[in-house]
Amino acid sequence: MIADLAQGWPILSVVTFLPLVGALLILLTRGEGEATERSIRSIALITTIVTFLVSLILWAGFRDGTAEFQFVEKHAWIGETITYHMGVDGISILFVILTTFLMPLCILASDVIHTRVKEYMVAFLVLESLMLGVFCALDLVLFYLFFEAGLIPMFLIIGIWGGPRRIYATFKFFLYTLLGSLLMLLAIIAIYLTAGTTDVVELMKFNFPVGMQYWLWLAFFASFAVKVPMWPVHTWLPDAHVEAPTAGSVILAGVLLKMGGYGFIRFSLPLFPDASVYFAPLMFGLSVVAIIYTSLVALVQEDMKKLIAYSSVAHMGFITLGTFSFTEQGLQGAIIQMISHGIVSGALFLCVGVVYDRLHTREIARYGGLVNRMPVYAFTFMLFTMATVGLPGTSGFVGEFLILAGTFKASTVATFFAATGLILGAAYSLYLYRRVVFGELVHADLQDMEDLNWREKVTFLPLMLTALWIGIYPTYFTTATDASVQNLITQFHAKIAANAAAAAPADAAPEAGQGTGN
Amino acid sequence: MIAAIVFLPLLGAVIAGFFGRLIGARGAQLVTSALLVVSAVLSWITFFSVTGEEGGTEKVHLMTWILSGTLDVEWALRVDTLTAVMLVVVNSVSALVHIYSVGYMAEDPHIPRFHAYLSLFTFAMLMLVTADNFVQVFFGWEGVGLASYLLIGFWYKKPSANAAAIKAFVVNRVGDFGFALGIFAIFLVFNNLSFDAVFAAAGSEAGKTFNFLGYDVDILTTICLLLFVGCMGKSAQLGLHTWLPDAMEGPTPVSALIHAATMVTAGVFLVARCSPLFEHAPFALEVVTVVGATTAFFAATVGLVQNDIKRVIAYSTCSQLGYMFFAAGVGAYEASVFHLFTHAFFKALLFLGAGSVIHAMHHEQDMRHMGGTWKYIKLTYAMMWIGNLALAGVPPFAGFFSKDMILEVAYAAHTGVGNYAFTLGIIAAGFTAFYSWRLLFMTFHGEKRWGGHGHGDHGHGHDDHGHGHTPHESPLVMLVPLLLLAVGAVFAGYFFFDSFVGEEQEAFWKGAIYVAETNKVIENAHHVPGWVKAAPLVVTALGIFVAWVFYIAKPKWPAALAATHREAYAFLLNKWYFDELYNLVFVGGARMFGRLFWKGGDGAIIDGLGPNGISARVLDVARRAVKLQSGFVYHYAFAMLIGVAVLVSWYVYKMGVTP
Repeated sequence: MIADLAQGWPILSVVTFLPLVGALLILLTRGEGEATERSIRSIALITTIVTFLVSLILWAGFRDGTAEFQFVEKHAWIGETITYHMGVDGISILFVILTTFLMPLCILASDVIHTRVKEYMVAFLVLESLMLGVFCALDLVLFYLFFEAGLIPMFLIIGIWGGPRRIYATFKFFLYTLLGSLLMLLAIIAIYLTAGTTDVVELMKFNFPVGMQYWLWLAFFASFAVKVPMWPVHTWLPDAHVEAPTAGSVILAGVLLKMGGYGFIRFSLPLFPDASVYFAPLMFGLSVVAIIYTSLVALVQEDMKKLIAYSSVAHMGFITLGTFSFTEQGLQGAIIQMISHGIVSGALFLCVGVVYDRLHTREIARYGGLVNRMPVYAFTFMLFTMATVGLPGTSGFVGEFLILAGTFKASTVATFFAATGLILGAAYSLYLYRRVVFGELVHADLQDMEDLNWREKVTFLPLMLTALWIGIYPTYFTTATDASVQNLITQFHAKIAANAAAAAPADAAPEAGQGTGN
Repeated sequence: MIAAIVFLPLLGAVIAGFFGRLIGARGAQLVTSALLVVSAVLSWITFFSVTGEEGGTEKVHLMTWILSGTLDVEWALRVDTLTAVMLVVVNSVSALVHIYSVGYMAEDPHIPRFHAYLSLFTFAMLMLVTADNFVQVFFGWEGVGLASYLLIGFWYKKPSANAAAIKAFVVNRVGDFGFALGIFAIFLVFNNLSFDAVFAAAGSEAGKTFNFLGYDVDILTTICLLLFVGCMGKSAQLGLHTWLPDAMEGPTPVSALIHAATMVTAGVFLVARCSPLFEHAPFALEVVTVVGATTAFFAATVGLVQNDIKRVIAYSTCSQLGYMFFAAGVGAYEASVFHLFTHAFFKALLFLGAGSVIHAMHHEQDMRHMGGTWKYIKLTYAMMWIGNLALAGVPPFAGFFSKDMILEVAYAAHTGVGNYAFTLGIIAAGFTAFYSWRLLFMTFHGEKRWGGHGHGDHGHGHDDHGHGHTPHESPLVMLVPLLLLAVGAVFAGYFFFDSFVGEEQEAFWKGAIYVAETNKVIENAHHVPGWVKAAPLVVTALGIFVAWVFYIAKPKWPAALAATHREAYAFLLNKWYFDELYNLVFVGGARMFGRLFWKGGDGAIIDGLGPNGISARVLDVARRAVKLQSGFVYHYAFAMLIGVAVLVSWYVYKMGVTP
């Protein structure tokens, strides 16, 4: 049984650090020239594929129906309290698979990189280890290390292999993240002071005083909101995307943005439930503004990557909305939407990459009529456009539908305004598609555009199949997340009730009951 | 068998779409058409078995779709009488359109793609009508939207086709926005999304209220109105109708299948399907009646002056859909579905007939450049007559039975909105007769206004096809579908009247449509005064007569009338200026705000006050660093290390002081 294969060895650590081993191997290769370059690419590809395969064993061994952390590894690390504590549950498992799934495709899409290939591949493999660590870490300090360190390779990828304004983009990225990170660090110290531990499992049982929750929540918010990114701290994203190389954009949109949303679900809700309820209207407001505002901005973009970057902000707005609806549908929808967005927006950036590699411009007006020369590309792009629009049967629909169905229970007003994103999303996506793919081939240099080659087809096929799989049979994924999400909601309300009960003697009795409401 | 009916078209779409180059154009046509014919035959068999004595609701469970807590949605196929009617309509028309397209699209370089889209559309439509829950309806609903988008923009080189395709999708999304909210409200209230469960519980929710957007409103009224917004989008009702005339940019077989016979009737289907909800929401029904009646009137007025043959029929479709809605609105869902049924035959006939004319005229669509063609294309001419007679409701053609029934139920409702609908419906019937015969006369009679001028304006992006400019009759592969549809247009009303709305209706419907105990509107309609039955015939005759005067007897009159009533003419010709208004407000507004938020919000305010201001300072410092790239990365790594160092030292310190 494959499922049994996952037991008896530290599989999580192996998955997490396998890419690092690959990176080490690449560092050890000597020599210059094409042959070395090719072997470096092969090592990177094989490493990521092996990592993916091992993560599949992990998934096979993962038991649905329990909210417990699985494949737990716990070792003393710094002193006695800060531990090397790893484990996955229904909330994190899918993100681990998403990361290992996207990486080989990114390596494949990096064939066009010819400068400093060695350093490039090392950066990507290190990045993979750190991203996996984020989703597996069960100690706040360990999480923080992975979370922050992961940004360094990303800075390098944009700053060295990026476009002409890469320095500006990286600085912006840096400035935004720095402030949030420092605040989160302070919060972690405060948490340790209060609870006496940084172990996430322990902390989930710990009930912070309500007054303190507000400050801790805000500090975590500062970090996660930038990562998501939420309006109005989103402006680093379009610049970072525009300047990043294609594979960098894929990882940025596919995985890095998910860290914020994951952080909210993993930490903000279970650790600070009262504060989460208190700030839910703020989150609803920011999410709805993000959806409408950035969709409108996306409508008038002239740069393909910028348009998709803005659409990402809008889609992430749905995720924060669903998360703070505190309903099972909302939270499961948020997780599914994150996975879906990882695949679909990753694929869309790859679509841009395909034509960018051929023509070296992202300006929409320079294209048009590509379908005449590139029918396979047109089909691929159409499929992912429909997925991003949220057509039922694709992954985009399931996430948005669950989120809005859940949010409707919490706030009809927020749902109403968020649902306008369905209209605006269709408008900017189809408008982009029309300008790039349809019409006559008017620009002379488009006459020689080649359709997708075998490498590109191999890259797109798994993404297509997954987008459809999630769209047609999402139950496969929601069963994995179900127990953990239910447990989260139960604990969430239990903590709020406990806090309300504790506060009740001080306050008037009738007010206590309102603590559990939204 | 039901699964075969639904999935054979999908199979055809996949084969033609992915292996089109392998099997060639002929292969793609054969495969998709053959599968559709099989599917259509099976549909008729199902229709008779479901509506027959032994029949009843059949259900096929396929698999779970979305499962999240109490939200449990299945992929399932459910066939009752209402679905069976739709199966017959969809598959019959689709099969004929597939066959017809073999001739019509013969010179197109993308035949496999076209047939794949047609089959894909059919599949989505079948999923819509066989759904057993609201989410699957939504799947089909958006699926047909996708197919419609692809087919309207089929000639992707034409900018107007692309624009029309996007417009269709986005305007439909406005409707879907309402539909989706309706589904969420249903889930909130009923905690279930399957038809059986929701409809069973509907009665107990009647009259209760819930909070929606800050107001306490009636639950079922709100749900029904939200669902109806979706119907308005899909069925092109007033306000969300603007996409339908533009959709005529698509190939004519598409207009016949999607934009006349099937997809646009999905809204009517949904209202009928949700009759258990609507019956408990009287206010929502009044809204449906008013919107339907107003659309029937509005579209008929615009149809009076259009010059593009397809646009005339498009507005006619819009108008007829209005009839169906106000019939449902007064509680006569059966009459509404009956008209849907007959309309599918004669409107598909009219569109395919128009396609035959366009084919004959070498892709000329402007009726001002036709005339006197009847001797060249006699069979098409005869078919158009039959279609028009059926549309205008002349006995004993199909439309007579269903349309008169609708006008009678409107009268028999004896309500304010019912009378409103009856009045507008009668006027619109006169207009219908006028524009139908105007179309006939302008196209087939009078002097020749063709030949000697280019027809690039309305061309389909086709290459000119080599033969002379004399109109030529279409090949058999196009004429046979016309003949079959003509059979339907002549007999469908007479044969099915008793089943749908007559004496056998209870045995026929078997409860597929819920009608409240107190709702006797159909029964009353059979006993309306004689003048009510006669009125539609009189106005129809009048309409035909006026058309004859204007376009045969006194052909100078129309121009003179347009000249003397310039404003009124321009108002109608420009379709009441809906497009202009929407472009200004919505398209312009969205763009304006988009630019404002982008340059002003993101650029000036957020970036200006935030990162750019700060980074300008930081850059100054960084420039002095030796190497820029690595310089700031090290800064960052350094800052993080400091952070960790602070954390660790703090921890060690803590360890030191605490026991």
